[in-house]
Amino acid sequence: MTESEPISLEAENVTVTYPSGQTALRDASLRLEGGTICALVGVNGSGKSTLFKALMGFLAPARGTVRVAGRPVREAQKKGWMAYVPQAEEVDWSFPVSVADVVMMGRYGQMNFLRIPRAGDRAAVEESLRRVGMWELRERQIGELSGGQKKRVFVARALAQGGRIILLDEPFTGVDVGTEEAIVALLRELREEGRLVLVSTHNLGSVPEFCDQVVLINRTVLAFGPTDEVFTPENLTRAFGGALRAFEIEHSTVDAHDGRALTVLTDDEHPLVLGRSGHLEYRRRAGREDLVSEREKKAREEQPPAA
Amino acid sequence: MDALLIPFRYDYMVTAMWVSAVIGAVCGLLSGFVTLKGWSLLGDALSHAVVPGVALAHWLGLPFAAGAFATGLLAAGAMAFIKLKTPVREDAVIGVVFTSFFAVGLLMISLRPAGVDLKAIVLGNILGIAPADIVQVLVVAVAAALLVGLKWRDLMLFCFDPNQARAIGLPVGRLHVLLLALLSATAVAAMQAVGAVLVAAMLVTPGATAYLLTDRFGRMLGLSSALGAGCAFAGAYASYFLDGATGGCIVTLQALVFLIALVFAPKHGLLATARTRRIAEPTDLPGASLGTDTPTSSLPGGASQARPSN
Ligand SMILES: Nc1ncnc2c1ncn2[C@@H]1O[C@H](COP(=O)(O)OP(=O)(O)OP(=O)(O)O)[C@@H](O)[C@H]1O
Ligand SMILES: [Mg+2]
Repeated sequence: MTESEPISLEAENVTVTYPSGQTALRDASLRLEGGTICALVGVNGSGKSTLFKALMGFLAPARGTVRVAGRPVREAQKKGWMAYVPQAEEVDWSFPVSVADVVMMGRYGQMNFLRIPRAGDRAAVEESLRRVGMWELRERQIGELSGGQKKRVFVARALAQGGRIILLDEPFTGVDVGTEEAIVALLRELREEGRLVLVSTHNLGSVPEFCDQVVLINRTVLAFGPTDEVFTPENLTRAFGGALRAFEIEHSTVDAHDGRALTVLTDDEHPLVLGRSGHLEYRRRAGREDLVSEREKKAREEQPPAA
Repeated sequence: MDALLIPFRYDYMVTAMWVSAVIGAVCGLLSGFVTLKGWSLLGDALSHAVVPGVALAHWLGLPFAAGAFATGLLAAGAMAFIKLKTPVREDAVIGVVFTSFFAVGLLMISLRPAGVDLKAIVLGNILGIAPADIVQVLVVAVAAALLVGLKWRDLMLFCFDPNQARAIGLPVGRLHVLLLALLSATAVAAMQAVGAVLVAAMLVTPGATAYLLTDRFGRMLGLSSALGAGCAFAGAYASYFLDGATGGCIVTLQALVFLIALVFAPKHGLLATARTRRIAEPTDLPGASLGTDTPTSSLPGGASQARPSN
């Protein structure tokens, strides 16, 4: 019956201090429920990986608690609820294991004492590898893959594990557009299945496109909640300080004669675009017609036509 | 032909060969974990750290394996503690701890030399191994083989990705201690065959050789223990004809096999790498994508509609 009980992840005043004395995270609190994709956003060194490790139970907080569906993390681990996709630098790519071996490691928790795979385990591994499009490369040693393929292997491991909470540490870094879209599509499926997906990323612009919630972090949790409430100019300035480059149309050479026909190009990431009042602008109108008309209405109310 | 069978006519030679082979097999098995966990230096450290335990056991009239095992674990614990509590680099911690233990051991032996054969500890004495010591070796070997046989997948995950091991609820701390205990016990056993100085070779070389020969962990473990056993057996055998130190023969043979693998290994050998590089060269143009990699050069959607605004 435990599978049907709703999943949640809760951190309360979590403070993490490394043995070197460095306090990487202070009084971080957040609460997330299943059926969400939440982005974890912050500058380098803001403590994203640290927060992940505290949530996963890899680092014991000096103060504060982490609870999963109201229980200690340790219990959730034993149930196989917690899946983790590490940052690429944390993996020993020269280890003599194949792609399929790595994905099978996601199943160990469910296996018997000897960890001998059964038909069900093999089927789960095959299904996960097919979902990320890596089934053909299952026999490869993991070091013999491209950066994007490596990411997908570890995503497949989380899928095979069937975790209800899936933490992905920068899955889009060094990944091409096609792979990013494939991973995003997969995360959406996981959200539909009621899982809780938490993903750290530097691609600010893609966050509104697929994340319904955001945690902004800089040594502590600055803000968290629905994306359009958290992504305000004030919050982003607090999180990033001068680390963001802005193109402010008001002060640029863009003028009335351009109308609304501007094209924005960036070399790798989606740009994050904010409207006049600081609200989020999305890449596609399709599916958001309600939002557009609502904003139009609001704008008309706020600024009655000049006499 | 008959001349080649002479060693088999002497009981002490037969004993030396099979006991060496057993020790070689366990060390080889463990060496798979040691090389991949980056514990090569630790293997060396443990083999030196057991020396004070041997001396102490002699004084107290205990089986020397018990004393050696105890100080081996004590040293491992001391290293883990210092590493956790200070920012001193791991290799420096290991260096400090094991040389200290070794020094204390030498001091103890020199203070009360009676009954302890320093030369046997440092260089091994497999030709004169006592029946009681054979029993100790066998106990260690059987226990290690059993535990690794049952738990090798867990230990592999612990070595490869301890975070994942923890994430799925494996007892990471206990696996760590298990591996350390197995290493200490094996180091004690190997001291019989090749002496404290060369134990590290037994615990590293077969694993390194097997690593060159395969890309699968399970196969690597099988290969490294077969190599360990084979080299130990053949080394002990050869020592009869060379009339040289058994430990020296075994480890030299292991090194030779490693060299052969280094040059001729089918995939990771020097020759193979040179060959693939030669084949790759003419087609290795910039932009050529490998295998099934998706090309990364496609522009993000919408870019093609870019037009200059005026
Ligand atoms: N093992 C460690 N020991 C000591 N300090 C650490 C350790 N790991 C991280 N830190 C420190 O903690 C802070 C947060 O690091 P963390 O890795 O969580 O940042 P991050 O947000 O993930 O950064 P990035 O975007 O670069 O991945 C940094 O100041 C870092 O120097
Ligand atoms: Mg990080």
